[in-house]
Amino acid sequence: MDIKVLGTGCMSCTNTLALIEQIAKEKGVAITLSKVDDIKDIMSYRVMSLPGVVIDGKVVHAGGMPSRDKIESWFQG
Amino acid sequence: MRGWTHRQPLVFLFVSALLWFGLYRLLEPASEVLVALLPVERSSRLGSALQFFLYDTPKVLVLLTGVVFMMGMVNSWFTPERTRAILAGRVEGVANAMAAGLGIVTPFCSCSAVPLFIGFVQAGVPLGVTFSFLIAAPMVNEVALALLFGLFGWKIALIYMGLGLAVAIIAGWVIGRLKMEAHLEDWVRDMPRFSPDEADSAMTLPQRIDAGFASVREIVGRVWPYILGGIAVGAGIHGYVPEDFMASILGKDAWWSVALAILIGIPMYANAAGIIPVVQALLAKGAALGTVLAFMMSVIALSLPEMVILRKVLKLRLIAVFIGVVACGILVVGYVFNAVM
Repeated sequence: MDIKVLGTGCMSCTNTLALIEQIAKEKGVAITLSKVDDIKDIMSYRVMSLPGVVIDGKVVHAGGMPSRDKIESWFQG
Repeated sequence: MRGWTHRQPLVFLFVSALLWFGLYRLLEPASEVLVALLPVERSSRLGSALQFFLYDTPKVLVLLTGVVFMMGMVNSWFTPERTRAILAGRVEGVANAMAAGLGIVTPFCSCSAVPLFIGFVQAGVPLGVTFSFLIAAPMVNEVALALLFGLFGWKIALIYMGLGLAVAIIAGWVIGRLKMEAHLEDWVRDMPRFSPDEADSAMTLPQRIDAGFASVREIVGRVWPYILGGIAVGAGIHGYVPEDFMASILGKDAWWSVALAILIGIPMYANAAGIIPVVQALLAKGAALGTVLAFMMSVIALSLPEMVILRKVLKLRLIAVFIGVVACGILVVGYVFNAVM
């Protein structure tokens, strides 16, 4: 799974990255995790609120920090 | 608990509203009882400050929780995508008013200012309308309104909201008339345009309740230390600073006080929670209401961190115009208010 966190450096963005990494480790799922903080790159995903989360090229979340439940649901199935 | 609120969302909402209201009404008598139990003379300065703190802290927290929860639910209806779809291509004037109103109910955080701004531009929302939204959103937020209501009563909360909307609408409209589209950064103007599609945002009521809870955890969880600190400062001033101390500096008669207050406010950045209890103490000690409201608006609406963020999409001239127009609007609000009240 390729996961990108879109954010410009505020607390929510940093915390989201950390939480995703932690949960992926707990579930034992192999991921490539990266942060996108260049605004032009962020806009290419057409999100309007940050932080955003993109998994394998698809936007799965935008705006505020995703809940633990939501992150875990990405690793199911 | 989660299962129950999901199965009977309406019952949950009704019962929790009743409980909340009951709790709210109990707080003042509870605080008096608490102070009576302490080894402090009630009419002394310490007693006065303590009662203020013990009543206002839980009162403000309970009020804030209620308001933030409701707004968390309302926010789930007004996503940025829907707001953008509503505003795209509308005639200015009316659109400015709608944008300002939507700014209150659409969730917004400073770090989203840039993507939101660009998203609006791409969808054909006029520049001035986008600014009306950007001015209203941080300034007239539910935290500020809840705190104003809790500490000053509904009239002042309503006035703040009305004046805030007025500044947002007029300033945004003025900026629109100045036709400064050329002062957007080039790469922003070069971004592809598209007609806005409304993202699929159908949520069930239980999901919206969850959104309300998430909002409370996030906002109240982040802001409560500031509230405690702010009210403690307010309590200290309430009990110990002599009356009319502030009047000489910030009172109605000092004609330069409104301008001074705004100038002080521009470089300051505080969230609404931190500044309002201090504002209350200032008011209680004689500062004029118009001056204090102007100060508060200036601190919240013209935040330096947000300007730094917006610098990525706006050229310096446009940022300067933005600050100038909003500051003027707040200035007028402050002076008129002092003159009329």
